[in-house]
Order: sequence, then structure tokens, then C-alpha cells
Amino acid sequence: MVLAAGAILLGAVVALSLRQRYAPAASISPSASHLPAPDFNLSQLDGPTLRLSSYRDKIVLLDFWATWCAPCREETPNLVNLQKEYGDRGLQIIGVSMDDSAEPVHAFYRQFHMNYPVVMGNAKTGELYGGVLGLPIAFLIDRNGRIYKKHVGATDPAVFEKEINLLLGTR
Amino acid sequence: MRIAYTLAKSAFIFATIAVFAIVHAAGQASSIPTTRLIQPEELVKLLKTSGKDAPLMIQVGSHVLFAQAHIPGSEYIGPASGDSGVQQLQKRVQSLPRTKFIVLYCGCCPWGHCPNVKPADDALHALGFNNVKVLYIADNFGTNWVDKGYPVAKGE
Repeated sequence: MVLAAGAILLGAVVALSLRQRYAPAASISPSASHLPAPDFNLSQLDGPTLRLSSYRDKIVLLDFWATWCAPCREETPNLVNLQKEYGDRGLQIIGVSMDDSAEPVHAFYRQFHMNYPVVMGNAKTGELYGGVLGLPIAFLIDRNGRIYKKHVGATDPAVFEKEINLLLGTR
Repeated sequence: MRIAYTLAKSAFIFATIAVFAIVHAAGQASSIPTTRLIQPEELVKLLKTSGKDAPLMIQVGSHVLFAQAHIPGSEYIGPASGDSGVQQLQKRVQSLPRTKFIVLYCGCCPWGHCPNVKPADDALHALGFNNVKVLYIADNFGTNWVDKGYPVAKGE
């Protein structure tokens, strides 16, 4: 009986945690949909600059995040899995770090075995995308460089998968 | 013997759950008492009427977010989830009277996930400040402040 009570309590804690994690999924904003994704040219971590428009013909998941953002930390392993799963089929995830400096981003990149490019964003990048005033915010961009969907807050990976599969089926 | 083992196992599970719950809540904004919160609409009203008695408003989140949008007149300190942010905050307020009205805010993440406001609130209370409010931002600064049409400033 004691064990059963413990299991119920544990279940409640896990359920609460999942609810908090994906609670903002309802806040998908349709307002940004189908507008051209603003282009940018930003430095990658230890690498050359990255121009967003050079990823035309790919489906791009542009993820604004930061190392200190708890939902971003929870979401990153899902994004790594998505890149692993769909990379060969035309998905390219690009992380835009909104950290104030690159130092913690390098450590985070190694810790989470990130398998997609990360660039250092800034206020101007945020403004290009209508203001990134809360994290994470992700934009799913189609092969023609148009924003298909904007997701505010941590997003259930199943939602991303559904949308990615939909876009992979169109040319 | 078997009963003792079961009881010990149960106690261990409960202790693990309790520690998990405490650690999970310790650094989070959701553990700030509601009496210490101020709602966005309340702050907007206050700023319209307070004049020279306006509170000292301190943003304790990311500079990249501050540069895009912040409450006019507020000051940037740095993320209070890190030691340097807390130190900056302590330095900023050290010479102020402990009755000074201070409003802390961040808005980086949904309230339950904000890593910054709780350490900042704790730091001010540890210094003896007794007139501190934390701005309750449910989702993020964009949704709960900018999109509501409340006053915004940009830049450094």
C-alpha cells in the first residue's frame, strides 16, 4: 500500500513535470506563418559564418534558445534525435543561441552532443523574427524559405515530427 | 525481515521523491510567495501614478532580451541564476535604504521555469530589503508585456 502511494505520488510529479514542459505548445502562433524567413549571416561556434538562405531546398527548424533556459535544456535532446532521424531526408536544425557570450554555449554543445550548427544570435536577429522575448522559440521553415509554423515554448517532439513529415512530403 | 525490507525500500522511494521535489522547486520562481508578486497590469498602473516614488526596476535576465525590449526606466543587471548576476545585483543595491521599493523581473521563460527571479529575490531578502516585488510573467516578456501594449524601451 505504501509502495502504491509512492508510485501514485511519483506519477503525479512526472505528470506535472510533463505538463509544465509542454504546456506552451498551445501557443503556436499562426501570425508568422508563410512569411519569408528573414535571412541572416551569423558566426557559428568555432566555424565559418552561416547564411540562412544557403539552406534553401532543406526543411529548416530554426531554434532560438539559451543555455540558462530550462525548457531549452529539456528540449535539446529531442532536437538532436530529430536531426539524427530526419537529417538524411532533408531536415536541417539550426540553433540560434541567445546567450550573452559564447563561452557557456561551447560547454553546452559538447555536453548535449549537439549534431547541428549553432550560431550566436543577438538583439538584431531577435528583432528580425518579430522579437524573441522568451525562450525557446522555434520556426519551421519550408524548402522555399517560408515560415511554416512558429512555436513558442517547449514543443512536444511528436508535434515537430508531424509537421516535418508533412513538409518532407511536399516540394 | 521481509516487512522490514519493504518498509526500508518504501522509505527510500519516498525520500528520493521528496528530494527530487525539493530540488526541482528550490530555484524556481513558482516557490516565491504570492504576497511578493506584482501583476503586469498593477505595475503599469503604478508606473502611471507613482511619479518620483516609482520603484527601482531591475531586469535580472539576458542582455540580448533586454536589448530587444524592456520596461522603460528599468536597469539591466544580468542573469541572477549565475553568481556574477547576483553579485552585480548586490553591488547595485548595497547603498540603498532597506525600505526601498524594488521590482525585479525577467520574462525569459514560462514562470515555473524562470531560473533568475528567485535567486534575485532571495539575494535582496538576505540583504534585508523588505519592500521587494517580483513581476509575475506567466509565459514570457513578449506575450505578457510587449503584446499587451504596455510601455517598452529598446537598446542598452
